[in-house]
Amino acid sequence: MSTFAAVVLFAGVVAYAVLGGADFGAGFWDLTAGGAERGRRPRHLVDESLAPVWEANHVWLIFCLVMMWTAFPTAFAAIMTTLYVPLGLTALGIVMRGSGFAFRKVVVQTDQQRVVGAAFALSSIVSPFFLGTVAGGIASGRVPTRGYGDPVTSWLNPTSVLGGVLAILTCAFTAAVFLTAEARRRDDDELERYFRRRAQVTAVVTGVVALVGIAVLHADAPRLFDGLLSRGLPLVILSGACGLLALLLLSRAAPRLLQGLAVAAVASVVVGWGVAQYPYLLGTHLSIQVAAAPTSTLWSLTLVAAAALILVVPSLALLFSLQQRGRLEA
Amino acid sequence: MTLASLAAAGASSVPSQLLPAREQMAFTLGFHIILVPFGVAFTFLMLIANYRGIRRQDADAMLLARRWSQVAGVLFAVGAVSGTVLSFELGLLWPGLMGRFGAAYGIPFAVEGLFFFLEAIFVSIYLYGWKRMAPWPHFWSGVPVVLSGIGGTSSVVAANGWMNQPGGFQVRGGRVVAVEPLRVFFNAAFWFEALHMLLAAYMVAGFMVAGVYAAGLLRGRRDRYHRLGLAIAFTVAAVVTPVQIFVGDVAAREVFHREPAKFAAIEMLPHTSTHVPETLGGVLIDGTVRYGIDIPSGASLLSGFSPDTKIYGLDVIPAPVRPPDDLVTTVHLAFDVMVGIGFALLALALWFAVVWWRRRAVPENRWFLACTAVSGVLTVVALEAGWVVTEVGRQPWTVVGRLLTRDAVTTTGNLWLFFGATVLLYVVVGAATVYVLRLMRRHWQQPEGNGEEDVPYGPRTRQDAAVPAGDAA
Repeated sequence: MSTFAAVVLFAGVVAYAVLGGADFGAGFWDLTAGGAERGRRPRHLVDESLAPVWEANHVWLIFCLVMMWTAFPTAFAAIMTTLYVPLGLTALGIVMRGSGFAFRKVVVQTDQQRVVGAAFALSSIVSPFFLGTVAGGIASGRVPTRGYGDPVTSWLNPTSVLGGVLAILTCAFTAAVFLTAEARRRDDDELERYFRRRAQVTAVVTGVVALVGIAVLHADAPRLFDGLLSRGLPLVILSGACGLLALLLLSRAAPRLLQGLAVAAVASVVVGWGVAQYPYLLGTHLSIQVAAAPTSTLWSLTLVAAAALILVVPSLALLFSLQQRGRLEA
Repeated sequence: MTLASLAAAGASSVPSQLLPAREQMAFTLGFHIILVPFGVAFTFLMLIANYRGIRRQDADAMLLARRWSQVAGVLFAVGAVSGTVLSFELGLLWPGLMGRFGAAYGIPFAVEGLFFFLEAIFVSIYLYGWKRMAPWPHFWSGVPVVLSGIGGTSSVVAANGWMNQPGGFQVRGGRVVAVEPLRVFFNAAFWFEALHMLLAAYMVAGFMVAGVYAAGLLRGRRDRYHRLGLAIAFTVAAVVTPVQIFVGDVAAREVFHREPAKFAAIEMLPHTSTHVPETLGGVLIDGTVRYGIDIPSGASLLSGFSPDTKIYGLDVIPAPVRPPDDLVTTVHLAFDVMVGIGFALLALALWFAVVWWRRRAVPENRWFLACTAVSGVLTVVALEAGWVVTEVGRQPWTVVGRLLTRDAVTTTGNLWLFFGATVLLYVVVGAATVYVLRLMRRHWQQPEGNGEEDVPYGPRTRQDAAVPAGDAA
C-alpha cells in the first residue's frame, strides 16, 4: 500500500518534470531569444504554445506537495526543514514566473514587455535549477530522517549542482523539441529550423553533462550510482536511446512522435532515479514503508488519485487536443 | 499585529522563527485570499453575462463576459502562484504541523488539488476558446470552473475547520496512527465555515465588480454596457448578502457552543457570566474592557436567545494558553468590523432592491453609486477581518488542544530574510497586477478598441489559421 502511494507520488514528479519542465524550458528559450526585434517571433511562439497549458501543468507541483505531506508527512517535514533555502527560492521564483508571464500578455510597450518578460524567463531558469538541487540533495541521502539537515551542503554539493544543471538542460531540450513540433504544426519552416537547431545543441550538451555526471555520482553519491547502473540501467539506456532517436528524427518525424520521444527520454531518467532509490524515501535511513501515513489515509489518497484518473486525465486530454487542433487562441 | 506579546507570553521555549513565520503566513494568506473570490465567484458572474449574451443575442453582455474572462485570467494566474507559495510555506514554516498531522490534515488538501486541477484546465479552455469554439460548448467549458471553485474552496476551508475543531484521528507516541478521512474532512466546523467563506467570495466578487461599473457611471459613462455590468454583479451580491448574514449568525452560535475560547475573545469577555452585554468596539486593557458601547444582555440573547445564557469568559482558559489582551482586542474588533460591514452592505442591497422593485431599473443617483463604488473595498476588509477572527482567535493553538503554534513552527534559518524578500516581491506583483488591470481598462476605453470587439465564435477560416506570427502578443 505504501509502495503504491509512493508510485502515485512519483508519477506526479514525472508528470511535473516533463510537462512543467517543458514550460520552464520555453522560458529558457525566451530568455536566450535575443533582442526585442530578433526574438519577436520565437517569443511569440513560446507565448502561444505556453499560455493555454502552463497553469494546468503547474498543478502537478501542487499534486506532488500534497501527496508528499499527506502520504509521507515526516519525510516532507524533513525535506522542508533541510532544503528550505532552494525551496523558498523556488516558491518565490514561481510567483515571479507565473505573474510575469500573465502580465506580459497584457502590456504592450516594448520596455515593459522586456521587464516582465525577463522576470518570467529568468525565473524559468532559476526555479528548475533549485528544484534540481533539491532532487540531488534527496537522491544523495543528505536529508536526515528527523530533518534539520545542513542548510547549505544539503543543496550545494556535486550531486545537487549536477541535478540543477541537468534540470535546466532537460527542460530546455524538451521545450525545444516541443516548439519544433509546434512550429511544424504551423507550417513555419523558419521557426522550425530555429528550434531544431537548439534542440540538437541542447541534446548534445545534455548527453555530455550526463556522461560527466556518471563520474560525479560515482564520487559523491555511490549508492545512487550503483542503483542507476544496476536496477535503473534499462531506464537510463532507454532515456539515452529516446533522446538520440529524437535527435536523429528531428527533421523528419511527425510532431507527435517527436514529442513522445522527448517525453520518454525525460520520464525514463526520472523513473530511473525512483527505481534506484527504492525502497527508500530518504537515503538509506528512511524507507517508504516506515515513512508512510496510516493505511486509511493512503486509501483516501488512492480514491483521490482514482478520481483524478477519471476526471482530470480526460480533461487534460481535452485541453491538449483542443490546443493541438488550434482551437485555443490567445 | 499583536504577535510580539504572544511571543513574550510563553517566553520559555519560543523559537525566534515564530514571529516572522506568523507574519509571513498572515501576509501571504491575506494577499492570496483577495484573489480567491475572483477565481471562485467572479467566473460565475462571467458565465451569467455569457449566458445572457448567447441567449438574448446581447452584444453588451457578451462583451462584458469576454472582458471579465480576461481579467479573471490575469487574477487566476496570480492566485495560482500565490497559492503555491502557501503550499510551500506549510512545510517551510510549519513543519511541526505537517510532520505530525499531515496524515490527517493533508487529506482535504489532496481533494483540493483535484479541484484545482480541473479549475486550471477549464479556465484555460474557456479563456482561450472564445474565438474558435462554438458558443454553447464554450459556455459549458466555463461551468466546471465555477463548480471546481466551490469544491476547492470547501476543501481548503475543511482543512481550516479541522484546525479549529480537530477530529477523526488517533495519536499514539506522537504519531497519527489511525485516520477517519470523512470525519477529518467533514469536521464539526466544516459546514458553517465553508458556506460562510463561499458566500463571502460571492459578495466580494459581486460588490467589487459592481463598484467598478458604479465608478464608471459616476464618471459619466452612462451607457447600457455599464448599467448591465453593475446590474449583473450587484444582483448576485444583493441576493447573497442577507443569506450571508443568516449563515454568519448561525456560525457565531456554533462557535459559542463548540469553540468557547474563540467566542470569549470575540465577545471580549474576561469573566464567565450570564446577562452578558454585546460590547461594540472597545479594548481589553489589563483584563478590563474599556471604551466599548454595551448593549445590555445582547451577547447572551444572541447566543442562547435568553438573557440567562451563560457565556464562558477568558478566565476559564488555563493561564499558559490564555490569549493576551491585545490579541483578544484584535479578534473582537475584527469581528465588529466584519459584522458592521455586513449590515452596511445589507442596507445597500435593500436600497437596490427597493429601487428595482419600484422602477425596474438600476438606481443611478450619485449617493447610491458612490456607496456601491466603495462597497467592493469594504467587502475585502470584511473578508480579511473574518479571517483574523478565525485565525488569530485560535491562538495560541495551531490545532486546538493538540498543537501550539510555537511547537508547529520551524526552528531553523533566518525567516526575516525570507519574509522581507516575500513582501518585496508581493508588493511588486500586487502593484503590477493593479497596473495591468488599469492598462486593460485603458485599451477598452479607446474608441476603436484593440481588436477584441470583433465577433466571438467566428468561423475558423483558412486565413485565420495561418496568421503570421508577426506581432507579439
